[in-house]
Amino acid sequence: MSESLIIEADVAVIGAGVVGCALARELAGFDCAVVVLEQASDICEGTSKANTAILHTGFDCVPGTLESQLVHRGYELLAQYARDANIALDTTGAVLVAWDEEQAASLPAMAKKARDNGYDATVALSASQVYELEPHLGEGVTGGLRVPGESIIDPWSVVAAYATEAVRAGVQLHLGTRVQSIRREDGRYVLTTTSRTVRAKWLLNASGLSSSDIDGLCDHHDFTIQPRRGELIVFDKLSRSLVNSIILPVPTARTKGVLISPTVFGNVLLGPTADDVSDPEATATTRDGLSRLRAAGARIMPALLAEETTAAYAGLRAASEYPDYQVRRHDDENYVCVGAIRSTGLTASMALAQYVVALMAEGGFDAAPVARLPVPVMAPLGETQRRRYLDDELIAQNPTYGHVVCHCERVSEGEIVDALTGDVAATGLSGLRRRTRAMNGRCQGFYCAARVVAMMADITGRDVASLTGLDS
Amino acid sequence: MSTAADVVVVGGGPAGLSAATRLRERGVEHVVVIERESVAGGVPRHCVHPGFGLRDLHRSLSGPRYAQEMVRRALSRGVQIATSTTVTDVDEAGVTLTSERGIQRIDARAIIMATGARERPRPARTVPGDRPAGVFTTGQLQQWTYIEELPVGRRAVVVGAEHVSFSAIMTLRHAGVATVAVVTELAHHQSVRGAGFISRTYARAPLYTGTRLAEIRGRRRVESVVLEDLASGRVWTESVDTVVFTGDWIPDNELARRVGVAMDPGTRGPATDAVGRTSIDTLYVAGNLMHPVESADVVAVGARDVADTVAAELLHRPPPSRPWVTLRCEGPLQWIWPNRLLVGQAPPYARLRTSAFTTATQLQAVTAGGRVVAADTLRRTTPQRSLRAPARVAAALGRDGAEIVRLV
Repeated sequence: MSESLIIEADVAVIGAGVVGCALARELAGFDCAVVVLEQASDICEGTSKANTAILHTGFDCVPGTLESQLVHRGYELLAQYARDANIALDTTGAVLVAWDEEQAASLPAMAKKARDNGYDATVALSASQVYELEPHLGEGVTGGLRVPGESIIDPWSVVAAYATEAVRAGVQLHLGTRVQSIRREDGRYVLTTTSRTVRAKWLLNASGLSSSDIDGLCDHHDFTIQPRRGELIVFDKLSRSLVNSIILPVPTARTKGVLISPTVFGNVLLGPTADDVSDPEATATTRDGLSRLRAAGARIMPALLAEETTAAYAGLRAASEYPDYQVRRHDDENYVCVGAIRSTGLTASMALAQYVVALMAEGGFDAAPVARLPVPVMAPLGETQRRRYLDDELIAQNPTYGHVVCHCERVSEGEIVDALTGDVAATGLSGLRRRTRAMNGRCQGFYCAARVVAMMADITGRDVASLTGLDS
Repeated sequence: MSTAADVVVVGGGPAGLSAATRLRERGVEHVVVIERESVAGGVPRHCVHPGFGLRDLHRSLSGPRYAQEMVRRALSRGVQIATSTTVTDVDEAGVTLTSERGIQRIDARAIIMATGARERPRPARTVPGDRPAGVFTTGQLQQWTYIEELPVGRRAVVVGAEHVSFSAIMTLRHAGVATVAVVTELAHHQSVRGAGFISRTYARAPLYTGTRLAEIRGRRRVESVVLEDLASGRVWTESVDTVVFTGDWIPDNELARRVGVAMDPGTRGPATDAVGRTSIDTLYVAGNLMHPVESADVVAVGARDVADTVAAELLHRPPPSRPWVTLRCEGPLQWIWPNRLLVGQAPPYARLRTSAFTTATQLQAVTAGGRVVAADTLRRTTPQRSLRAPARVAAALGRDGAEIVRLV
């Protein structure tokens, strides 16, 4: 990239995770030039890629917080958006399970908290009612609380849909672009990055784990990101029949604890751990973390542990020293920090974006609303959706949807081509996994990885050494 | 679209092709093999070393040549092979398929499941650390190297020390990758005598027994692995860009479990008798789905017995209606196969596997009440390798109430 290349924009968004992409999508509804800067080589590469994939009702938020307000509102917005965008979403409900008398005694308080958060659909359950709902739970259940609205969602397609809608509406998405310095010049922000210089009237900081660093580049030090690592284990699809809903522990002050949840892809998740780490790149799983999860899982649902493990991963939550999101516009600055958005950020994302644009309007952002493009229709990746390999009419039109390449996840050649050639195409193997599920299954590539990687090299013109990191 | 066949064989590897060929030889009219890959032949397609075909074709071929020969034989006998075709569902009356031709149903009088086995990948072995590129199984590595001819890496650690692990070392060598260590948590490798010596001299790869892969490190690409000597607790780092997980096979049992056939907890495949009968009358099993894993030629020979049974039951006589007994294992005995027997009818032979090295143990066939019906000594057993059960014990299985097999 030429150093002299300067991008002029009305709004620069730093970060292309779920928050940054939601902001870009929201701003695409206004008459303004938006540029999104992402340091990774693909969208959804940071904290957004590794979460518990739950659409929260917010029943257990801290009442009165911004998080509570935005999760509550975001739930409705994202549920509707997911339906419009063909994103897998199953309202399985959740069961909060008490394992001793003390926990059982705290359940009425949880129901009250839910009401304080604007959610009044919880149902108190006896131990036997809990076992009726979840017959494979281990021994020792003392009671429960059903939260019918809790849902599971495809977290990756949400980010991809936001980004696709934004890019189609003209938002510029610059990947592999890390912001190195920020200064103000003639009332505009000037961002020096690893590729180009960006000048923008407004600056939005949605940089997740980097949000306090970027805040620092803007001479603000309102909070400090304290990455909290969550390790998760994904069990084989054959375990899916063991679990009917999201099985939650009674939360403690520190974390919601270890849950067991079905995924829209037909697997079962166990996790997360919650360990503070200093390294914002410490996304390695640990022997200790995984064995703690297995021990916890063995108590909650012994039969689950007899099934094969399909994947184990760790994500970092962008937690800070404060219990709430850190969303702030400073007076006389066209800068909004959207920081410390923790694991509920997926649910809150659309409401958060609306909230930020309202803050901008208070600060003088006056771009006129414009007609939105239709919501993009994403590939059906959920097990309760009609997957491509089951779509006879579509296969008749395009036979490559009938050629299954990844056998464990039943991903067709046509879907892989789509993911590599779409408006926000996968730039690497992990992005391809997120967009198609290819290689994410039980064999982890024993059968298909060589073929899929060769296909990707053919379609993108990139060499396999760079796709597999051999050039680094 | 719906069609009909006498027998549908799910899987076109050595077992499926061998069974299908034999069915035609026994006079079964319409036999269809469904293969999800673009070329039939199964795992031997990417095993580029000699030794295939010894027991079934009575000559030594390379894996790819063997795969071609098995396909040629099946086609010449009038077997129909549908490639790039995925079986998405099996029930007792047929299969549902997806291919570029769309979704199809084939009704069948009998179905032989021959879906084979795969190696457990990294997550199934709970190896912690980063998740960079450069992590393989042998099957993936071989396809990468021999079929797609893609670059692998420069320095590798091989996890596992059973037969297939040494095949992985040969593939790595072919791909120009140095094997810097072979590690197994077990106290000894589990391949043929001298394998450790061959590994050291041929690939200059030291074999670390009693050692586990404790962690994988690397951002985009594997940068190093942490190895741990389990006895001493000594931990060290090897700088590698490639990790190959080998062996630790598990049957590709998804379709079988979905159709609801009774499974064996030890083999993780469907419970079957010696000729592949399962708890569902029209559903038979052949090959490494029964119990992982035997070599291609052993599997091919065994599949002929399954085909003979299917042919006889389709053409001449109905399946037996006597009650069945399901065998259970105790002690370090991981499985014994056959594991589902007609009451009173002992299998012609039995194979077994243990989860640990054992020496001078006694294998006993026992009744539910604890009475020992037959017993014999096992001189030595090796995990990950099956062996033939002593004839005296095999001959007692399923007879006189013997339904538990234990190693003491």
